[in-house]
Amino acid sequence: MSVFEGFKFRKVSSAIHNLDPRIKFFYVCVLFVMAILFNKLLALVVLFFIPLPFVFMARVKRQWLRSLRGAAFLAVFIFATNFIFGYFYPASFQEITPPIDTLVEYLIILERAAAMTLRFVVLIASFSVFFLTTSPDHLGLALQQSHIPYEFCFAFTTAVRFVPVLADEAQTIMDAQKARGLELERGNFIKRVRNYIPILIPLIVNAIRRSLELAEAMESRAWGASEKRTNLYTLKLKRADYLLVLVSVLMLVLAVYVWLYVHIPSLTALLSI
Amino acid sequence: MIEVKDLHFTYPTGIEALRGINLTIDDGEFLAVMGQNGAGKTTLVKHFNGLLKPTKGETLVNGVSTRDVSVAKLARNVGFVFQNPDHQLFSETVEDEIVFALKNFGFEEAVIEKQVDWALNLLDITQYRKTSPFMLSGGERKRVALASILAWDPQVIILDEPTIGQDHQQKEKLQQFILQLNAQKKTVIVVTHDVEFVAECNPRVILMSQGKILAEGIAKEILTNQKLVAQASIVPPQITQIFLELADLGLPTDVIDVHEATKILLDRLRERQ
Repeated sequence: MSVFEGFKFRKVSSAIHNLDPRIKFFYVCVLFVMAILFNKLLALVVLFFIPLPFVFMARVKRQWLRSLRGAAFLAVFIFATNFIFGYFYPASFQEITPPIDTLVEYLIILERAAAMTLRFVVLIASFSVFFLTTSPDHLGLALQQSHIPYEFCFAFTTAVRFVPVLADEAQTIMDAQKARGLELERGNFIKRVRNYIPILIPLIVNAIRRSLELAEAMESRAWGASEKRTNLYTLKLKRADYLLVLVSVLMLVLAVYVWLYVHIPSLTALLSI
Repeated sequence: MIEVKDLHFTYPTGIEALRGINLTIDDGEFLAVMGQNGAGKTTLVKHFNGLLKPTKGETLVNGVSTRDVSVAKLARNVGFVFQNPDHQLFSETVEDEIVFALKNFGFEEAVIEKQVDWALNLLDITQYRKTSPFMLSGGERKRVALASILAWDPQVIILDEPTIGQDHQQKEKLQQFILQLNAQKKTVIVVTHDVEFVAECNPRVILMSQGKILAEGIAKEILTNQKLVAQASIVPPQITQIFLELADLGLPTDVIDVHEATKILLDRLRERQ
């Protein structure tokens, strides 16, 4: 459940927490686009280091690391899947002429699998920083001020707010099933996946039940009664926000330039030389 | 026998939930763990089946440290009924729900069939054998959860807040049932806020506050000590409160049982006549 911990807002007084959520989201989106643009390991290693100053300035290092640790299982899965598909369908690699029989060819497949895994890690790392430093209230406000209908903003912020609640509930359900002799780590891969059914069903049923209760509670408090809602707080861009916009745009321009005109060598090619 | 020696537990979030608990629970004992929210009651009992492992100190179940044994192994002897049955129900039928734990513990088919019949009968839910547990009422779901634990006949039974969400009749039945279990030499541990329930069952009581044991003794001794109950943010049973308010009339202040109270009052009335 530690991956959810890495997406739970931490109230800390820091320059990163005080940034406008819209700008932080733009910055994260730029990182997202950059991670999708490149599929070379070297480029993705560089991208991995970009959110690090944010993490240290926001003083959320521990929670951020926890999100990475929590994503480790999926990362291993992505690595294994990419390696297996790369091995059986080598046609997607220009550098490889089937059958795969040299060490270099194996290394090329390994590097691609590592790059795809790192792409996932970069995405988790950047979105984790965003959610760790942005309160659900600010997020809702940002969406509203971006002229998104209030119904959608509310649904989104509620979903975000309920992530830690669901994480806690999942832990309780796991405890309850372990207390009935369930061993999650027992058996082969298929058995292990099946072991999660007794966790997922109560979790989903409870989530649906809770959402219905929440809907009734909201309706009882006149939700949606007035067409034009007012807000106590409004978001205003500050100097630091403009600076982050500038940095993000420069990063994006640089990334597009590199993607179009610069050939990034593969690590295997570098080592072969 | 359960022995707890200088038990400390700190959650990963840094919250110190238990601070040096020392406790011995003999076989066949009936124990109530009481205290305000956040006192550490559930955290303490989760150590008894190994769901939580001590940060410092140790918990021994039948002489074996819970650190050295898996939850599945401990659960064979220590059954844990969680507060909310919805945290464990996931099967299509009540029967499957009860079978789940028995299969996890590796019982043979013939034994499973016998134990399922026994548990359904014990909790008076035989008529719901083929019904989905999700279609049952709250009280019935609680009974299914209880049956799914009792089915493997553990020596120790832990019940976390068993009376929550139960109507008076269900509570009475549950009380009788728990006393019956204890009469069969089962060790019963109940985590509860319900002073009336404790007063009627009269078990040995452990009063907790801020991760420490504030006091332990028989229910009558603990629940009539105004200073102690105030410290643990609970209120004495209603009958005790009446007798405390009438103390000036010479009535005893250590009454927790309604039958005892009736007898005292009748004696006084007869004396006056």
